[in-house]
Amino acid sequence: MSRDHILHRVRTAIGRSAGQPAAEVPPVRLHIPVVDLEARISSMLARVEALAGKACRSADPRAYVAEAIAGKTAVASNSPYLAECGITSLPGVRSGVTDRAELRALCATSDVGISSADYALADTGTLVMISSPQEARMISLLPPAHIAVVPRERILTGLDELFSILPDPAAQTSSMVLITGPSRTADIEQILVRGVHGPGQITVVVV
Amino acid sequence: MSAEFDQKIHNTLADANLQLAIYTATARLKEKRIENVAASVLPDYQELRTQANAIKQHAVENLDHYLEEFERNVQAHGGRVVYCKDGTEVSDFVLGLARERGAHLIVKSKSMTTEEIDLNERLEHHGLESVETDLGEYILQLAHERPYHIVAPALHKTRYDVAQIFTEHLKVPNETVIEKQTAIARGVLREKFLAADIGISGANFLVADSGAVVIVENEGNARLTTSAPRVHIAVAGIEKVIPRAQDLVTFLKLLARSATGQALSVYTSFLSGPRREGEIDGPDEFHVVLLDNGRTKLLPDRSKRQSLYCIRCGACLNTCPVYRKIGGHSFPWVYSGPIGAIITPQFMGTGHEPGLPFASSLCGACGEVCPVKIDIPKVLLELRSDVKKTETREKQNRLEKLAFRAFAWLMTHPRLYEMAGRMAAAIAPSDGGGWIRSVPPPLNIGPVRAWLSQRNLPPPPAKSFRQMWRQR
Repeated sequence: MSRDHILHRVRTAIGRSAGQPAAEVPPVRLHIPVVDLEARISSMLARVEALAGKACRSADPRAYVAEAIAGKTAVASNSPYLAECGITSLPGVRSGVTDRAELRALCATSDVGISSADYALADTGTLVMISSPQEARMISLLPPAHIAVVPRERILTGLDELFSILPDPAAQTSSMVLITGPSRTADIEQILVRGVHGPGQITVVVV
Repeated sequence: MSAEFDQKIHNTLADANLQLAIYTATARLKEKRIENVAASVLPDYQELRTQANAIKQHAVENLDHYLEEFERNVQAHGGRVVYCKDGTEVSDFVLGLARERGAHLIVKSKSMTTEEIDLNERLEHHGLESVETDLGEYILQLAHERPYHIVAPALHKTRYDVAQIFTEHLKVPNETVIEKQTAIARGVLREKFLAADIGISGANFLVADSGAVVIVENEGNARLTTSAPRVHIAVAGIEKVIPRAQDLVTFLKLLARSATGQALSVYTSFLSGPRREGEIDGPDEFHVVLLDNGRTKLLPDRSKRQSLYCIRCGACLNTCPVYRKIGGHSFPWVYSGPIGAIITPQFMGTGHEPGLPFASSLCGACGEVCPVKIDIPKVLLELRSDVKKTETREKQNRLEKLAFRAFAWLMTHPRLYEMAGRMAAAIAPSDGGGWIRSVPPPLNIGPVRAWLSQRNLPPPPAKSFRQMWRQR
């Protein structure tokens, strides 16, 4: 196999020997600003709106989601938080699916995918989705619209804080996805089109 | 310069529509970058560049260490790492896996690395269907063309071109509204995603301490490629490895801003291994192909190896006055612009297109915008020197050498230089511009005239700088 051949070529070229420890690595650069919760929430909402998403604060997420999905079909994740908010029991919402094929078929035909988010990043308007038995990947991906219901204390300042809380996301999941706005492309004549493969509409409900 | 290179450049320059398309697209990307790295938006931009450069330098200088660490961690999460020295090994691996799994349909997300090795063609040659899913790449696959730009692959195609390509290949009615064209592609590709057996992606970063592949995109096609099929294969150059997940903070802040002027791209996927126990979806198999394909050839030279720091943002293309005139397809390989001009000769050999390192004005704009601070102009100069060294003695132009020797002598003798300046001023016509075009015979012949036909000098001033300095 080419493994040993390539590693040998690399070592010869850079003057190292097998098993030699690495030189000292430059220190990690993380700067976490101090931003109070209110400012984080308003930044999150403003950034999502600037990305052409919808964002709102709601003390009653169940009512908000009910209105948003009225007359549509929706699939909700198994996040205990959505159940707690009473969203999984809304009419028209399917939830509790644990079979891959079934979930995929459901997501491919639903109008709206509803999830929570593990974190949100205030300075970029980003949702952080960690794949788990509670949160499947397809819910925020296949339906044309995605609604994320996020408890406000999960809003972090930004990437620096996220990676200081999760220095190694691989320790807990096979997939962590940062979602910053609706799916988009500008591949034809630089004209922005939303919803090319992922959801074209994104709604963030901060509770 | 080869006749082919010369011809392609002339064709591009003569195509007014293409000139406008290149100019508009690069100008837009360039402006968006400038807005989003401005001190008011990203005050620590320069510090981030310095950090990114230091991390890349460290990773390359300890490359074997981080490749092995990456490999161990991928395996620890149930994935597999395969080293391949070239495109043949990659396609053999994919074909073997496809045969074992009974796979026929492959979906692909955008990857310059797989463009390098013509992976689609290789797979299709063996009867597999391999479909590009990034909108721009999909259009180009249908049109059988290679990317025009690292981040905007189809920037040379208008909506009318796309309409024609879609009606011809997809048998759909003529559609020139871009939103509707996008919806057509979404529909066709959605079917492919749901039916595909294997997804092949590239990688923006390989994280050694996590064993993770990081993919940055805007459309969602990379998420679908890596999550919908049962098998995910990521193909990445060996230089993509970085030490720690926390280093991503630095790179992610720079990448999208430099590429498209976004604070972050829409989707950043951090993928480590197949789906875990209890996870509802995600692939059952996770393979990472680590590709050499010439990269190890760049390592011995301490200066030129910085070419491997590139994170493929495309900022150097958008700012390059040469790329903006000659476009992407004039370049002799898949990588275009300043970064293409330094990596192509090193991957393919300087003989592949000896004129390439010379197709630059050395204005330095590329080095200024590079988020990982690759000194592109310096590497270009080193490559020019390599090209000259490999030319045989007969090929070296004696007259040119003599002229440069005379010039060097003149430049190192200030008195003489001043005198020559005065003489030139004295013989120059007093009516201003165009004077150098009208050199008298016998100098006004063949190559001299050809050279002069494209160049001009302003008339010499009445007083030289030296004179003014003395009289100040």
